[in-house]
Amino acid sequence: MAAITEPQLGPNLQEPAGWRRTKNRIATTAMVLAFVLAVVPLVFVLYTVIAKGISIISWQFLTSPIPPQVVPADVGGIGPAVLGTIEITAMATAMAVPLGILGAVYLHEYGGKGVLARLIAFMSDVMTGVPSIVMGLFLFSIWVLHFGFSGFAGALALACLMLPIVIRSTDEMLKLVPNPLREGSYALGATKARVTLTVVLPAAIGGIVSGALLAVARAAGETAPLLFTILTVTTANPNIFSGPNTAIPAQIFSNATSPYVGAQSRAWGAALTLIVIAFVLMIAARIVTARFTRYSR
Amino acid sequence: MSTVTQRADPAGTAGPARPLSERRPLGDRTFQVIALASGLLVLVILVLIAVSTTQRASLWFSTEGWGIFGKIWNPAANQFGALSFIYGTAITSVIALIMAVPVSLGIALLLTEVVPYRWARPIVYVIDLLAVVPSVVWGLWGILVFAPWIAHIYSDIGSAVNGVPVLGALFGPPTSGASFFTAGIILAFMITPIVTSLSREVIATVPAIDKEGAYALGATRLEMIRGAIWPHSKGGITGAVLLGLGRAMGETIAVALVIGSSATITSHLFAPGDSMPAVIANQFGEASGLFRSALMGLGVLLFVFTIIINIIARAIVGRSAEQGTA
Repeated sequence: MAAITEPQLGPNLQEPAGWRRTKNRIATTAMVLAFVLAVVPLVFVLYTVIAKGISIISWQFLTSPIPPQVVPADVGGIGPAVLGTIEITAMATAMAVPLGILGAVYLHEYGGKGVLARLIAFMSDVMTGVPSIVMGLFLFSIWVLHFGFSGFAGALALACLMLPIVIRSTDEMLKLVPNPLREGSYALGATKARVTLTVVLPAAIGGIVSGALLAVARAAGETAPLLFTILTVTTANPNIFSGPNTAIPAQIFSNATSPYVGAQSRAWGAALTLIVIAFVLMIAARIVTARFTRYSR
Repeated sequence: MSTVTQRADPAGTAGPARPLSERRPLGDRTFQVIALASGLLVLVILVLIAVSTTQRASLWFSTEGWGIFGKIWNPAANQFGALSFIYGTAITSVIALIMAVPVSLGIALLLTEVVPYRWARPIVYVIDLLAVVPSVVWGLWGILVFAPWIAHIYSDIGSAVNGVPVLGALFGPPTSGASFFTAGIILAFMITPIVTSLSREVIATVPAIDKEGAYALGATRLEMIRGAIWPHSKGGITGAVLLGLGRAMGETIAVALVIGSSATITSHLFAPGDSMPAVIANQFGEASGLFRSALMGLGVLLFVFTIIINIIARAIVGRSAEQGTA
């Protein structure tokens, strides 16, 4: 046995020959089992949300005002929350996506392998790990304490969460654009800004849009950053810049601990709405990727 | 020829060479500055988070001193020790990792080494769906469906091990559906996608020649994984696990709904507890003065912990990725 110097690689000759194959089969089974273990909760959650949400969801549910929690499930809906989610997510997207793309343009087109660019790339990776509730506290202390609760404060918090995601996904896409494309444009005398805006970004647009859609999907489902920035009221507030607002996830959170069956049913309906929004965005991202991606790994 | 040159570079024909930066059109330079500013925004935001939240928490830090790590949290008596929440965050994250890491590694290996490519795509989609379910939906399902169901299992286990030395202290009564353990399970579901996808990236960088070499020596797949994949990717997998830990520590809403909201330090995993993000989410609304400052301080501690873990994890993942491509 002393001849075997690599115990992991060399077959252990003391073992019966069939045992190695059996161990291998056990390991493969364990891997399949791991996948099943991950799928089971997913199926359960989706089944519950669909089963409990589908009966309550309707156009009327999505547009009616939010009633008090004691009201039974067949009255009222989550209209103000739908409006709030659309307003706040759209505003967050309008801020985070352009800035994120520009940030990635700096990282890849200007910064290159410089110290600053590498620091920013590293810190945006780190920033994706900042807990969302910390973003809520941050916006509370620099915005809400001075200007009061508003949908815009919530949008700023969501934008802070989206920014690093957009930067990293765009950066990955810019890496895939072949260099000869840039060099060809420079050879025609174009400036760097023009090359970036008219050649590089259009070449990568599919991946950039799909990355942005995934960031929106994540932001639309976030609750924690909204709790201390929009103050979850039950009335509709079309003005995003002033006054407390509401959003679908925030409504689910306040209804989840309610003892009333009506409030719980509305929470399930809202949860189904939220999941449908997230899935639609994810599928849209896949379609954009499949349809518009010109360069991939 | 000259018209073309002039249109592209108006300052170009004007005799002696000036520094390149001056010859570039204003629009071009403006664009570079805007891009640089957007990139710097990341650093600015991170610094602002640290400064502004620490400032709001300074009252708590200065009043309590090292007392911030005290055991007792009683807002009515103005006692704000954070230890029970730090304990809750640690224990729920550890439970989540113990369950999520083996499952994630299994799926990652299944995807990279076992199934053919056309099967791998749908599996990745399914795992991504786990990540798409919002935190608050996990929380809603956890508190209304999962916790009431698992409460029976907890009480059965609890009465079975009651009095047994170690098991009794861990799994004995009191038991409750909303508990450390329930929070840990929900967290495990939530961090599985990220640990899986990062491990998969790390494992994908193992050179094919190493794997083929192992197979050529007659290794079974399991032996190849232990001999070729594991030595190459253990660093990167450690990073992936740390990133999962960071996620688990910061996860707020789902935990706030299912952990039971009780500031206790106990070895009983089936008992209700509380975690740092959960207590912020549940109590910030009614807080003011020192109370609010203490909750803000919990946010600062959480920020510091997660930033440190993320920096270490990203450094490890980045280094192992570089090794893989080299």
